[in-house]
Amino acid sequence: MQAQVPQATVQDGGTATGVGSEKRTSPLRTLTHSSAGRNLGLVLALILLCVVGFATAGDRFGSVDNLMTILRLASVIGVVSIGMTFVITGGGIDLSVGAIVALSSVWATTLATQTVAADTHWIVMVSTAVLVGTGCGVVNGFLVAYGRVVPFIATLAMLASARGLAEIIANRRTQIITVRPFVEFFGGSLFGIPALVIIFALVAVAGWVLLNRTTFGRRTFAVGGNPEAARLAGVKVHRHTAMLYALVGFCCGIAAIMLMARTTTGSSTHGMLYELDAIAAVVIGGTLLSGGRGTIGGTVLGVLIFTTLSNVFTLNNLSISAQSVAKGLIIVVAVLMQQRFANRGSVP
Amino acid sequence: MSDRILPLKRRLIIATTAVLALGVATGCTSNTPESAGGSENGGTDNANAGSNDETGDTVTIGFSAPAADHGWMAQITAAAEAEAEKYDDIELVVAEGTNDVSLQISQVETFINDKVDAIVLLPFDGAALTPVATKAMEAGIPVINVDREFESPFAARATVLGDNYGMGVSAGTYICEQLGDKPNAVIAEIAGIDSLPLTQDRSQGFEDALNDCGQNVDNRVAAEFTVESGERAASNLLQAAPKIDAIWNHDDDQGVGVMAAIGNSGRDEFFVVGGAGSRNVMEEIKSGDSLIKATVIYPSTQGADGIRLARLVAQDKALEDLVEVEIPREIKLYAPVVTEENVDQFLPTAFQS
Repeated sequence: MQAQVPQATVQDGGTATGVGSEKRTSPLRTLTHSSAGRNLGLVLALILLCVVGFATAGDRFGSVDNLMTILRLASVIGVVSIGMTFVITGGGIDLSVGAIVALSSVWATTLATQTVAADTHWIVMVSTAVLVGTGCGVVNGFLVAYGRVVPFIATLAMLASARGLAEIIANRRTQIITVRPFVEFFGGSLFGIPALVIIFALVAVAGWVLLNRTTFGRRTFAVGGNPEAARLAGVKVHRHTAMLYALVGFCCGIAAIMLMARTTTGSSTHGMLYELDAIAAVVIGGTLLSGGRGTIGGTVLGVLIFTTLSNVFTLNNLSISAQSVAKGLIIVVAVLMQQRFANRGSVP
Repeated sequence: MSDRILPLKRRLIIATTAVLALGVATGCTSNTPESAGGSENGGTDNANAGSNDETGDTVTIGFSAPAADHGWMAQITAAAEAEAEKYDDIELVVAEGTNDVSLQISQVETFINDKVDAIVLLPFDGAALTPVATKAMEAGIPVINVDREFESPFAARATVLGDNYGMGVSAGTYICEQLGDKPNAVIAEIAGIDSLPLTQDRSQGFEDALNDCGQNVDNRVAAEFTVESGERAASNLLQAAPKIDAIWNHDDDQGVGVMAAIGNSGRDEFFVVGGAGSRNVMEEIKSGDSLIKATVIYPSTQGADGIRLARLVAQDKALEDLVEVEIPREIKLYAPVVTEENVDQFLPTAFQS
């Protein structure tokens, strides 16, 4: 449409260090800077976790059933994290994702929505959840982009009010889904793969294409890396920022549908602390919190690392407190490694 | 009521409390259980001596409960672990607490994949965990539901419940007794997490008992079982009501915060009735110089009872003190009032908040 970001360093899992040019010297550096290289560390970490899983739990860890358990757990938070990757790459942050998931799940399971859905089609519940999620995202986006509210504060306000609104709508009760076709569709599986996992895979692929293969993606890198330069290059920064928040809201709507299918309920307590899990997964995936660099593959690996960790701990009867410590260590190590790579990259 | 407490406690000990409820559930008409055990050291200390306690086939039991973010919940898991420790034939797998239903579902899925012999589940949200519990039952793994009920009868083999409605009734009745026929008494209620059916049941019981003696709940606030939320809710309440005669606080963990708020306000024109039965509240009741005059027990040994039931179900044994040869579907524990007079009987089973 309008002017392209005037540089070509944005590529697979890309880096966009503003609008400047980037020199490439050694093949090694090229490797560590390519997404495959950056993700290599994550893949190694995941393999290491799997080795630990196999060593301590054997076939219990390696069984197909267990794999599906890990993937199902990863699915809901994974979809949220993919949305989060866009916002963080675009230089923002969204603290309200968990609350938006809760609000979408509640709104889509009210008696009124369910009655209409039972009379017509469960697609009503799906569209309600997605619309509510996107709507919240649009509000966030407008506040951040046009209201000049700091993303941290704008989404913090959304965190509080969306969950409050969810409590008001649900009257703080858990709403049970009685529309069986909905539960059967999303709770079922295709060729032995649970529907939730398929949705996660579809969202991940769509996210990857959107971020790495479209103008939208390139603008996201540009806006996150250097908004002023992006503006000068002809990107409508405000509009693009607003769209990023709408996108994460949309992902929250999808996650709400998945959580509704998983629990057969809508509740204002759903999605508690998802913002932290999502941010953690995005950051260890290699997306820079300051924006300008982001990778969907890394985020997916980040989510898988955390869910596999949780699974290995459960299989071995270890406490969740130890798990939290391990989680913290992984985040610190991942960020330290990121900094090393970033520093090495900046040396001419 | 207090003269009934000792035998009731014994019934707690042998995990067959509220035989009345059982009678309804099983069609059994007898409500006088044999007094077995006889330990004075609290609910989880001594197994009742009987053939059920002889080591049988080793069973693997999966246990999952919400995050131990308050004392009662911490004690649930601790008591369950201590109970399993006593039996050589129990191998307990504890998937430790989480308030994320999605994660708790995956824990139960792991138990199913692992083909454990039984699952004891205290769900964060009963309705949300119903599908996965049903899946476990369909896979042939008996599920013992503790405290927060599932939506479907197909989701659990047996259910251990505290008497939430009864707690409200006990608290309301005690407050009625204390206030006598004082007209227009101001009665306040500090509830727990409002979205949980257990909170709604407690409030309903409280309201019904008060209505019975011509009183009603004048002020109601809700906290979240945590100290910090109790402080916040109580501060709001004290602001809202310039004069109060009695307060029922649903939960002694949040009660620490409630008492802090009351202390800060310097008010003392009312008395407080607690809930759940924590050790520090019981000690305050015992001291006699606290605003807390009583607390209503909500047994923190439910998880431990769940473990025992799971073991019996998995080993195909019956509850020895019942004539019935199968484990009952539902066991509802009693909610007695602890006052200065009988506090010593309950101190040993109290939990630390």
